[in-house]
Parts: sequence; structure tokens; C-alpha cells
Amino acid sequence: MSSEWPLWEVFIRSQHGLAHKHVGSLHAPDAEMAVNNARDVYTRRNEGVSIWVVRSADITASSPGDKAPLFDPARSKVYRHPTFFPMPEEVKNI
Amino acid sequence: MYAQMVDTGAKRVRAAEEMDADERAFQERIDRGVKIEPKDFMPEHYRKTLIRQISQHAHSEIVGQLPEGNWVTRAPTLKRKAILLAKIQDEAGHGLYLYSAAETLGISRDQMLADLHSGKAKYSSIFNYPTLSWADIGAIGWLVDGAAIMNQIPLCRCSFGPYARAMTRVCKEESFHQRQGYDIMIALCRGTPEQKAMAQDALNRWWWPVVMMFGPPDEQSVHSAQSAQWKIKLFSNDELRQRFVDQTVPQAEYLGLSIPDQALKWNAQRGHYDFGQPDWNEFFEVIKGNGPCNRDRLATRVKAAADGAWFREALVAHAAKHQAPQAQKAA
Ligand SMILES: [Fe+2]
Ligand SMILES: [Fe+2]
Repeated sequence: MSSEWPLWEVFIRSQHGLAHKHVGSLHAPDAEMAVNNARDVYTRRNEGVSIWVVRSADITASSPGDKAPLFDPARSKVYRHPTFFPMPEEVKNI
Repeated sequence: MYAQMVDTGAKRVRAAEEMDADERAFQERIDRGVKIEPKDFMPEHYRKTLIRQISQHAHSEIVGQLPEGNWVTRAPTLKRKAILLAKIQDEAGHGLYLYSAAETLGISRDQMLADLHSGKAKYSSIFNYPTLSWADIGAIGWLVDGAAIMNQIPLCRCSFGPYARAMTRVCKEESFHQRQGYDIMIALCRGTPEQKAMAQDALNRWWWPVVMMFGPPDEQSVHSAQSAQWKIKLFSNDELRQRFVDQTVPQAEYLGLSIPDQALKWNAQRGHYDFGQPDWNEFFEVIKGNGPCNRDRLATRVKAAADGAWFREALVAHAAKHQAPQAQKAA
């Protein structure tokens, strides 16, 4: 039997109130061990208060080749940013 | 360094006109300082060279635990023992970050470990030397981790994203390693004459192997130019070696220890220390497998992997057993 363990992506919430952030990956036979290993590898210096692990195989990623069709349309829509609208000096609190 | 004499598959650096369009675009990206990510186009040689370099680096972190592990049960105090254990545990983590970075290039961790165990893949020459006294643990942290930091800080800016990110994590932890080593040296040098002699003896034995860690002199480093162009090597062997010597000499002076190099002398004109050459024959012998501990290190790794195989397989079997009823419930 092969002993090759699946790969997991690890996400850590560094403090209460912040989002979980991807920190790296590791191998583990199952989710429980993945959390244990993530504790040992990624939080030895109080880096986190919560851990998520996700099987790498379960992640769907956009491909670099699709960058233009995915992200270019947003470029021409600068009016989505508040700085697009200059406000008169005299107007306050806006 | 932790990766030494990495083969790039190139005899010389190719000019832009000799590259095809994809390769040229790739090189221009690197020149602009844009990171290469795993799914991006990359020339086959770049991928293969990085696999060699990152896996060698990972193997060094893992094998590097062995010389220090030798002293865990004999550390002089419980506090020193706990610190050494934490340091060694960090090195296991470094190995893991690096194996993960290499895996994004399409090689499995099991394959990399198989290459280490068969002797096909290398690890740093430095870990083939024995740790004969407690002072060696001090010397390793101070000098070996110190040399590693010198090399790893620039690699945080290397062109391959996963490698750069792994290096950033590693560098955050290395400073602890170097300081705990220097702290051991301070304690010994402030101790009895016998303890100070122990520290001097450790420095005498580790100095030249550490100087060799940076790899052969630049004029003998055939693959460096290609690695520099790809920004996976940011400073030459000799540049890093010079920096290391310049940084370390005052630290040795503070300890009241003398560096075992007759040629070592401050050169006011250059603003650097002049220093002697190590015995490069010894370096090449160690790389070939003929160092004092090569056979022992590899045998220890192979035995650990073989002895743990049943347990790794049992965990997979356990996971499979518990997955089956869950899948049924879901259906
Ligand atoms: Fe390390
Ligand atoms: Fe270290």
C-alpha cells in the first residue's frame, strides 16, 4: 500500500477579528492529523487562534492564462472607486 | 550553502536572441522583478534547477537535525535541552516548508525523499561533520546558522514565489538559532579555562567547514551565472563568504576566541578582512560522500524512514476506514 499522504492547504486566523490567511501546505493522512500537524508547523510562536485545513485537491484555481478575461474588465471601471468623484472643498463629511 | 553547486543544465548563459518568445518573455518578467508562480510558463531547465536547489535545501534542513540531535539527551541543563529541542523542531519545519515549495514544481515529496535515500540528491557538506562536544552545538548555531542566514535573506527576494515565501518564514526563525548558539559560546567563554578551551576547540574544527559551505570560489562555479540570471542565486559564493568572515571576526573577538586562519588580516584598503583558502579537496571529497559522517547520516535517515513506514501506512488505513462510512452517509 502506498503511504503517500494527501496535501492540505493551511489557513490561520492570526487574531480574533481577522480573516483566515493562507500560510502554506503540508501532508497528512486525514483532516484531524492535518490540523495537528498545522498546529506544530505553523503556530509554534503564537501565530494563530484558529486553523482551517482544506485538501489541496479540492481547490479550484483560476489559471494565469485567464488573467485578461477575468481581471481586465475591472480596469475600465474606475468610477467604482470613491476617488473618481472630486468633491468641492467646502463640502464636509463626505 | 544549504544548496551547493546546483546543476543548471547550462554551459553558458544564453543571449536574448537565442531564446524563443516564451523564454524571452519569462526572462523579461524576472528582470522586472515579477515573481514566477507555479502555474506560469517556465523553461524546463529553470524548473529542474529549482527542484534540485530547493530539494537540496530541504534535505539539508532535515539531515541538519542529526548532528544537533546527538546532544539533546546530554544538554547541560533542562533549559538548554528545551531550547535545543525547539531549534531542532524549527529545522524540521524548514524542511517541510521547502519540500512544499518544491512540490509546486511537480515533484512529490516521496520522490524527493527517495532521491535523498538513494544518494542521488545531495545535502549540504556541513552536516557530514561530527558533533564531539557540547561546544559544537554552540558553534553550529553561531556559525552554521549564521552562514545560512547570510544566504537565505537574499533568497527571500528570489524569482520563484513559493521559494521566496518559504525563505521568508525560515528567516523569521533563524535569528533565534544563531543567538542561542552564540549564547552557548558566551557561557562557555565566561566559564572555566576548560570550558573556554572547549569553545576554542569547537571553533577550530568548525571554522573551515563553515567557510566551505558557501561553495567553491567564483571562478570555479560554472552554474552560477545562469542561476544569477534567473534570480535564484542573488550573490556569488565569494561575496557571501566575504560578508560572513567580516561579520564573524568581531564576534569571535568578543568571545576572546581566535579564528584558526594565519592569513586572516584586516585590509584597510579594501575595507574587508583578507583570509585564507580552505582545503577544497576536502570539500569535494565530502560532496562525493567521503566526509567523516556521510554514511552514518544517510543510514540514520534511511532507517528512520523504514522504521516509520508501518505507522505512516496505518494512519492511511485508519483515514480510509473512517472516510468510508462518511461517504455512505453523504450518499
Ligand atoms: Fe533551518
Ligand atoms: Fe536554523
